[in-house]
Amino acid sequence: MAQHTRTRAAYDLLSSMRFAISLLTVLAIASVVGTVLKQAEPYPNYISQFGPFWFPVFEMLGLYDVYHAAWFLAILGFLVLSTSLCIYRNGPAMLREMRNFREQATERSLQHIRHRAEYELATPAAAVLQRATAYLAAQGFRFRTTVRGEDTLIAAKAGSYHRSGYLLTHCGIVVICVGGLLDGNVPLKLRQLAGQVVLETRDVPQSQVPPQSRLSPSNPSFRGNVNIPEGTSANVVFQNVADGYLVQDLPFTIALKKFHIEHYSTGQPRDFASDIVVVDHETGERFERTIRVNHPFVHRGIAIYQASFADGGTRMQLKGWPLLSPKVAPFDVAGAVNQATRITSGDTEIRVELSDFRPFNIEDLSANSAESSRIEVASVSKKVLAQLGSGAADLSKKDLRNVGPSFQYRLRDAQGQAREFSNYMLPLQLEGSWYLMTGVRSNPNEGFRFLRLPLDPDGRIDGHMQLRAVLLDEKAWPEIGRRFARNAVSGSTVPAEMRARLAESAEKVLQLFAMRGFESVGQFIEKGIPRAEQEKAADVYVKVLEGAALEALQLARERAKLPPATFEPQTLRFVRDTLTSVSDSFAYGAPVYLQLVQYEEVKASGLQLTRAPGQNIVYGGSLMLVLGVFAMLYIRERRIWLLVKPAQGKMLLAMATNRQTLENEREFERHKAALAGAVKG
Amino acid sequence: MELAQTLPQQQSWLRRLSWFDWAYAVALLAGAVVALKLYGDYMDGYEQAILVGTALSVAGLGWHWKAVRVLMIVLVAVSLWSISLYQGDLARAEQVFFLKYMISSQTAIMWMCFLYAMSGVAYWAGLLARADGLARAGTGFAWSATAMGFIGLLVRWYESYLIGTDVGHIPISNLYEVFVLFCIVTALLYLYYEGRYATRRLGAFVLLIILAAVWFILWYTFDRGAHEIQPLVPALQSWWMKIHVPANFVGYGAFSIAAMVGVAYLLADKGLLKRVLPPAELMDDVMYKCIAIGFVFFTIATILGAMWAAEAWGGYWSWDPKETWALIVWLNYAAWLHTRLIKGLRGPILAWWAIVGLLVTTFAFIGVNMFLSGLHSYGSL
Repeated sequence: MAQHTRTRAAYDLLSSMRFAISLLTVLAIASVVGTVLKQAEPYPNYISQFGPFWFPVFEMLGLYDVYHAAWFLAILGFLVLSTSLCIYRNGPAMLREMRNFREQATERSLQHIRHRAEYELATPAAAVLQRATAYLAAQGFRFRTTVRGEDTLIAAKAGSYHRSGYLLTHCGIVVICVGGLLDGNVPLKLRQLAGQVVLETRDVPQSQVPPQSRLSPSNPSFRGNVNIPEGTSANVVFQNVADGYLVQDLPFTIALKKFHIEHYSTGQPRDFASDIVVVDHETGERFERTIRVNHPFVHRGIAIYQASFADGGTRMQLKGWPLLSPKVAPFDVAGAVNQATRITSGDTEIRVELSDFRPFNIEDLSANSAESSRIEVASVSKKVLAQLGSGAADLSKKDLRNVGPSFQYRLRDAQGQAREFSNYMLPLQLEGSWYLMTGVRSNPNEGFRFLRLPLDPDGRIDGHMQLRAVLLDEKAWPEIGRRFARNAVSGSTVPAEMRARLAESAEKVLQLFAMRGFESVGQFIEKGIPRAEQEKAADVYVKVLEGAALEALQLARERAKLPPATFEPQTLRFVRDTLTSVSDSFAYGAPVYLQLVQYEEVKASGLQLTRAPGQNIVYGGSLMLVLGVFAMLYIRERRIWLLVKPAQGKMLLAMATNRQTLENEREFERHKAALAGAVKG
Repeated sequence: MELAQTLPQQQSWLRRLSWFDWAYAVALLAGAVVALKLYGDYMDGYEQAILVGTALSVAGLGWHWKAVRVLMIVLVAVSLWSISLYQGDLARAEQVFFLKYMISSQTAIMWMCFLYAMSGVAYWAGLLARADGLARAGTGFAWSATAMGFIGLLVRWYESYLIGTDVGHIPISNLYEVFVLFCIVTALLYLYYEGRYATRRLGAFVLLIILAAVWFILWYTFDRGAHEIQPLVPALQSWWMKIHVPANFVGYGAFSIAAMVGVAYLLADKGLLKRVLPPAELMDDVMYKCIAIGFVFFTIATILGAMWAAEAWGGYWSWDPKETWALIVWLNYAAWLHTRLIKGLRGPILAWWAIVGLLVTTFAFIGVNMFLSGLHSYGSL
């Protein structure tokens, strides 16, 4: 007995609206957690975010994948249960109520209804009944007439489908949840718990992934990703789960023939598309298709989506230029994106990880691109006037240009510390001169800081590198000093001693400069020269340095067997830019500049494959839900009773609605007035 | 004796349509047919269906709410005038007087902002001074602002095609455009209830939320320059956008009105402005009506969104922050409706709840874009 009442109590609780609303609230709050905390990130991110203490706690609570956590699925399960019980409990009564005319209503019960009226009969009852029923029928009411002794009761109703709304919405929710659970990963979770499926956490080729980490092609529902480089194919996708992944075998092979990106003139991507060939393993059927965003291809219930794109291993020919050594000769490096090669610089070996390649880059090169995005401070009316007109962007303010290919790589030293570099292949014209640009950053969250390598007047990098090498070559300094002393002051009257001092100071400046560029020259001045004379001294040092550098240029050209440079303004500018560039190289963080010489682009397309057998169930449930909501909110159930009592010469009108609204009030007044005509003589 | 004579029947809805109603509907359909003839080749089947469906729904809306007929005539006339002034050349927006100062898209939207501000002032003055004339002016301003906003969007649609045929798209694709959409949808919904309940007293409150959106539009334009037409990212190039976004904004607009009426309700409940505000039952009913219509449209919008997601992102539900917050909004109003309809609760609690509901909705609309990242990042600030 006690057992029975407890079951009954549990049933009452589970099927109660209070319980359902509480579940909805909990569900809402739990969902918030999942939106605030980024889901399904790599685990190391969480460790660094929460620290070693909280990380395992949150992991245990399933906070890194809230929506697939056992407790979250349990809430959903309870919601389905509670809603089903609610339908079971109230559904039959609802259906009965829909059919019922409530013709058994007594006069007393009608007297308790809020909307009621009484009329005096001025015409025979039969005529009243005839008029009244005709009226009700015309108003869309269905009715039953019952005779009780002398009295006649007309019980009428309209809008009964209102109640079907209740059933439809609640069934809809259950159907949606069932469909969702079918597509969710509950079966996979269970198999994981049973130990049949084990996550793979190693970074190994998919062919080496053991069977317990693979899912068969018959797996009813999955969602995985795969990157396919052009000219290759794949017959698996990867499903990321927690801190590992699973390999999902496919019943077909997808080959990527070509990946296309189209761009708008502003450089934003306009279209991503993949030309794929799908070959079915079982039937050998072949489908050539082009898939694009919003236009997937479906085969065997598996939908293939264009999800992302990446570089698929572009092959590159690079030239390595030593930046801080007296050696001029560049060396060749060959590599491909996503591969690593090693280069040697002096005695150290550096690992180069090529990470990305971009065939073109659209940049805003307007001189004041930073300023022009802001509107200058002007009067309000001027500001408003500036905004009138079409919604088209004012392109005159921008100078969008394709600055050509770029590639990115990381250099990793023996300690494993990496710096990221981004180099443009083509030179860029800045303030009238041409430079090769190389960007560097030590933190992926930062922007790149750029080192400019000036091109020589012939438009090549070689002259710059030759000059650089001479500037850093200590063996060359005495010669440079001599030449500087000879050319700086002309005439035979200059004492030899003074020339020797000049040569010495030029040598000294070069030596200082070769330590850490302008920085070390500055430090020397700050330390060795009285404060009052520092500014003047700095001027002199810079003049000497520039003079020496001009001599170095001639020496470099001699070494390269080139004719001497003529002294034009651009020569001086080139020398100055080289000095700046060498000085900045000390902070560049790499001893080598990698120049992109040639490339052969290979793109990769990121595809997402899903099989979701529950999808149509969910859509069906959604349709039920929408129809149900319409019925619930916009069909008003109304019941009218007319009790005609010829003996007393009276007629009683009562109208009940399931909901109090202003419309119902108005409608009652309308019927009341209209029915007054039915009793008239 | 004829029964029909004694008992006055309400005429059926179709019978009550005038020749003007029919002419209006025929003109709309004719417009749709012309559009199909001219541009049908550039549309896919879904887009053609949406075009015809829109013509039919606007016809039906005009039959149900007569004022829409006039609005539509104005919109069509002015937009076509604007397009004819352009002569296919964007630069004429700067040269032609009427384009520069009246009916190019940006100018029209600026007019919309100005007229809503006037409307707000007039409604408040009318409310506080209990001057019906002022309140009527508020209604007039609100209608003209709505018309200008609509014209702005329609002309913007055309302008986007002038930038480039591949750039052209319906202007509901980023935060700037949907804020304009929000203003006009909210105002239209309000104007509907204003006519139906024959009270202008709530306009002051509804205009507050519209003016908040106007303020945002102005800030976004002048400080961020966000009004510039941007081409669509590939994920948004779909006919789904044409139905998903408007349906969502009917929801947002209706929830906003409900919350603002909730504010009025609570003020009256505390005895503030009680003498000038409509009776509590009326406000309660408006609040319910708005949440009901908002809920219906929000449900549809969310389902459409899920179907679009299935096509664009590979799954109808990914627990993306936007999806999740849409679910939270939906759950919130589902609970609100349960409490009112099943439990029969009325009064200040529901008004408070409607206001909290708007906070949740606002977070789902803007907060998610600002603070959370995800797939749905088109509307980021």
